[in-house]
Amino acid sequence: MSFLEFSHVSFTTEDQSILKNLSMRIESGDFLSIVGPSGSGKSTFLKLCCHLISPTDGTISFKGKNLNEFNPMELRKQIAYCFQTPYLFGDRVKENLEFPFTIRNLPFDPERAEEFFSLFQMSADYLNKEVKNLSGGEKQRIALIRSLLFNPEILLLDEVTSALDVANTKIVEQVIASLNKEGTTILWITHNPEQSRKHANKVLEIENGELRSLEAIR
Amino acid sequence: MNGSTPIHVTSLLIASSLVFVTLFFSYWQKLKLEKETIISVVRAVIQLVAVGYVLNFVFGYKNPAFTTLLLLFMTFNASYNAAKRGRAIKRGLSISFLSIAVGTLVTLMILILSGIIRYEPYQIIPIGGMIISNSMVALGLCYKQMAADFKNKREEIETKLALGADILLSSKEIIRDSIKTGMLPTIDSAKTLGIVSLPGMMTGLILAGTSPMEAIKYQIMVTFMLLSTTAISSFISCYLSYRGFFNNRKQLINRPEN
Repeated sequence: MSFLEFSHVSFTTEDQSILKNLSMRIESGDFLSIVGPSGSGKSTFLKLCCHLISPTDGTISFKGKNLNEFNPMELRKQIAYCFQTPYLFGDRVKENLEFPFTIRNLPFDPERAEEFFSLFQMSADYLNKEVKNLSGGEKQRIALIRSLLFNPEILLLDEVTSALDVANTKIVEQVIASLNKEGTTILWITHNPEQSRKHANKVLEIENGELRSLEAIR
Repeated sequence: MNGSTPIHVTSLLIASSLVFVTLFFSYWQKLKLEKETIISVVRAVIQLVAVGYVLNFVFGYKNPAFTTLLLLFMTFNASYNAAKRGRAIKRGLSISFLSIAVGTLVTLMILILSGIIRYEPYQIIPIGGMIISNSMVALGLCYKQMAADFKNKREEIETKLALGADILLSSKEIIRDSIKTGMLPTIDSAKTLGIVSLPGMMTGLILAGTSPMEAIKYQIMVTFMLLSTTAISSFISCYLSYRGFFNNRKQLINRPEN
């Protein structure tokens, strides 16, 4: 039984075929880099993984069970998705970090948030900062913390470092690599060839919606 | 109508020249509203003449069941129009019908129980008409706002869904904004009553010879009832229609625009 398995998955919109007959397996603890030209279907691949969309053909299963059999909300709590352009809601950072607690009917735990702040080399003062005053890099790190607060089993990253400077990129890479060492499965879309091979054990190449190659590099 | 001045048909015909002002501006400014203006004027005249005859008949026919049937007919028509404004809304007609019907029912019940009006056709039909048409406009605005928000705030909703939120929590801001959009014109017009305009009902009563002090009492009642109706209808319609933007796997779907 594979951890996450795509079986003959296609995704077609009204006027376009975005993913074509994709079959592959991802094992627990994998660090998969996903590469390919813009518009090749990489983001669609990740959205399928966390059930924000469903395949128009074929099946995706998680721990041997079809995604359609899961409660979508519970599934998305286990498979976290970080968007390329982070969207922070409300006025302050705190509202964003409270949200995952609200969803779970739990009181907000500021200590837990602080642990993640230090992991991403940010001060705890960020909690009360206004969203509109944050830089792109800060927003992305807050969005990552928001997704990580409850330790998802799979972390889907859609070019999360594309708008970050070198220092911020390094911090994010280190955190992601350490999470992977602790057992989190990572699926990371990147355009940077060096980054794609740095920590990954597998590299998936998608082109024109088709699986070009799946290479094990470690 | 003790103090009212009867209007002759010839006077009305002369007044119809005012329509040409609209047509002139439309033509001059290339607004391309000439056809629509003519259609709307012709429709207004035909509908009003028809309703004049119908009301004459209805007011004499004091069967409560008939009055109720007429209210339902008006509600259906308003729902149909509101649903047309909100093509992006799934089950727009049934949602509109329920929202307008509940809003109208609650408001009319309060007005009747408080003794302000009686369930008599000459009171219920015009007041019901005001309530229903106000709800219809509010619903149209709610739907337009909701459809635009679900299109423009896709990122926000998907971010919340991706975090594991339910569709209600993911749509809460949009629902709130849509209800607000539906209610604001009524609230704004209540704020400026008497300052910017003398509203239709009050003007009508004064023209018909009622004393201004008596007319404002009616207008105050109308203000209360329109506020309550838009609130109820907007609330029900928005909370029922947001679900149509998701499928049963709690995924945001593309709905046709208005």
